[in-house]
Amino acid sequence: MAVKDYLRQRFFPHMWCPGCGHGTILNSLLRAIEELELEKKDIVMTSGIGCSARISGYVDFHSLHTMHGRALACATGVKLSRPHLNVIVPMGDGDALAIGGNHFIHAARRNIDITAIVMNNRIYGMTGGQFSPLSGVGIKATTAPYTTIDNNFDVVELATAAGASFVARSTAYHVKESTDILKQAIQHKGFSVVEILSQCPTHYGRKNKEGDAVSMLELHKTNTAKIGSKALEKNPVLTPRGIFVDTDKPEYCAEYEKVIAFAMKEKTS
Amino acid sequence: MHIIESGNVAAATGVKLSRAQVIAAYPITPQTPLTEKLSEFVESEEFDAQYIPVESEHSAMAVCIAASTAGARAFTATSANGLLYMSEQLHWAVGARLPLVMCVANRGIGAPWTVWNDQQDTMSQRDAGWIQIYANDHQQIIDSVIKAFLLAQTVSIPVMVCYDGYILSHTYMPFEQPDQDQVDSFLPPFAPKNFLDPENPGNFNPVTLPDVRPGVDGEIEPGYIEIRHNLHEDLRTTLDTYAAIDKEFEEQFGRGGNPLIEQYKCVDADFVAVCIGSLSYQLRDVIDLMRDDGVKIGVMSVQMYRPFPDEVIVAALADKKCAIVLEKALSYGNQGALYGDIKSALYNSDTKPHVHNYILGLGGREIKTQHLLDALTESCKSPETIGDTPRWIGLKL
Ligand SMILES: Cc1ncc(C[n+]2csc(CCOP(=O)(O)OP(=O)(O)O)c2C)c(N)n1
Ligand code: SF4
Repeated sequence: MAVKDYLRQRFFPHMWCPGCGHGTILNSLLRAIEELELEKKDIVMTSGIGCSARISGYVDFHSLHTMHGRALACATGVKLSRPHLNVIVPMGDGDALAIGGNHFIHAARRNIDITAIVMNNRIYGMTGGQFSPLSGVGIKATTAPYTTIDNNFDVVELATAAGASFVARSTAYHVKESTDILKQAIQHKGFSVVEILSQCPTHYGRKNKEGDAVSMLELHKTNTAKIGSKALEKNPVLTPRGIFVDTDKPEYCAEYEKVIAFAMKEKTS
Repeated sequence: MHIIESGNVAAATGVKLSRAQVIAAYPITPQTPLTEKLSEFVESEEFDAQYIPVESEHSAMAVCIAASTAGARAFTATSANGLLYMSEQLHWAVGARLPLVMCVANRGIGAPWTVWNDQQDTMSQRDAGWIQIYANDHQQIIDSVIKAFLLAQTVSIPVMVCYDGYILSHTYMPFEQPDQDQVDSFLPPFAPKNFLDPENPGNFNPVTLPDVRPGVDGEIEPGYIEIRHNLHEDLRTTLDTYAAIDKEFEEQFGRGGNPLIEQYKCVDADFVAVCIGSLSYQLRDVIDLMRDDGVKIGVMSVQMYRPFPDEVIVAALADKKCAIVLEKALSYGNQGALYGDIKSALYNSDTKPHVHNYILGLGGREIKTQHLLDALTESCKSPETIGDTPRWIGLKL
């Protein structure tokens, strides 16, 4: 199937600003799905609210546009009732880790087979550029006109500590790398977290003097390096990209099935 | 000073002038510019307050509850789903009798998502026990915020100041911004009797049992039902308290006089359109058109919806032919909440008008003057014939 067949073009033009990283991430995701030859009917996308969460409206899968911060809770419900479906959850940094932070750690703890994509532009794009728990110290936002003092979460460390069995990071610049990682994340049996650094030129870029979308993309390239690369070894302050965790752990739905099977046996014996 | 600004900035300015000490908020359209303005005031040191950009509305209300318990004047603001996400703490703040003030820029509730205006969000919280004041324009927003802080601390009950999202929150209007000295003399600092004080340890909101029991000093303390009864009684007296506060405000600032309801051309009217919020100003144009055609009609807006000013409303409506209640909210499966409240208030009155109910503008559906004119004309032509189910304006089925 061609990538565009996975899109609901009737909803175009989309709402993203020119140069927004979210469209590129959608492109990487659709290529991953296409290369995995997944059928539309086997994919469920749940999302919360945010520019990122709008993805669920543009893809021609089963899609649930839910409440801000609740995407993973809704995804958990879908997955437990229809374990054979692929559940993919695109989230903004606010959606995933501010208002939705609790669901994030608990989904990871359960290791339920869901693919969570954190499209991290380090700002609340949709509501006009307030800082988020992923902004970090020293950035400007409408709620921090004189720069932030709040520390940020490291998504990779948080997901790992909370128990996710697949954890990776890419950027909107590294389109092919993202596709590759997303393919593995979708195939992985367990809770997969893929952080993809995105860019919001409209709010973050403008406020933090990072220039236009092209120069922000350039920053994704120059500020990151692959795990195990010479560049990272030489310059450890760069943000590492790649797959950090890929382990086999008991998956929640499968374990649940076992409990049911055991209970049924008890009952009938 | 006369300024031209948005409704959200009018609200933020009122909060600054009221010297709120702790502000905790999470952005949501159409409230967002209000809290952004407050954070700007705070960070530029124009306003001496703690601004806490929390990670959700749930936390925003929790922070305000705690700040208020510690003796600070606390403020938050939200809209729609944000308000509902606070719901548990809304009830808590009232039960704990904390004088919080919150602005709500009214917006429709998902699902499906809408960012546009209606009033279902705050109307759905009418039974929480919060005082609800609605503003019809920017002047009323800033003035109501200032009065709300005084009211909240006078009666120890939290106050919501509500205004229509976009229609008021994002439009620009001229309004008078009071001087800080004047506001300071109107609104004394918050000095609670009971607050979290390390010098004087206390136990706040201890668990109650179904019956009363002695407190630490051996005295019998009110149980749950007594606490709730007292809240209700205090809310009923709040109507007079607010009227008195409004009078004081009017003496000092020269504005006010309509704390509970606001009327336009109602004195000699046979018919009265009743609504909440900015719609009442839109309706004035329709009223004028109908008056030109000789129909004696006026419009009344309910400014304080909880506690419900039933006596004032009955006095205003009892001798009319028909009250036409237009609402941007609905008690689903029944009728408009305001309509129900007005009918129940009129029940014991010797004379009563016919009462009609229209639902309109949900999720920002455009409210056209012609539609309003058609509906009001129809109601005035046949006040007796319209039944008890709400009629919908502007519906495209
Ligand atoms: C309960 C609730 N609170 C607040 C909002 C308003 N809101 C919508 S999207 C959003 C933040 C979006 O930021 P993020 O998740 O980082 O996504 P982005 O827009 O940057 O892609 C907020 C605060 C809401 N819809 N519901
Ligand atoms: S506001 Fe930012 S995140 Fe939202 S579409 Fe525009 S660039 Fe993207």
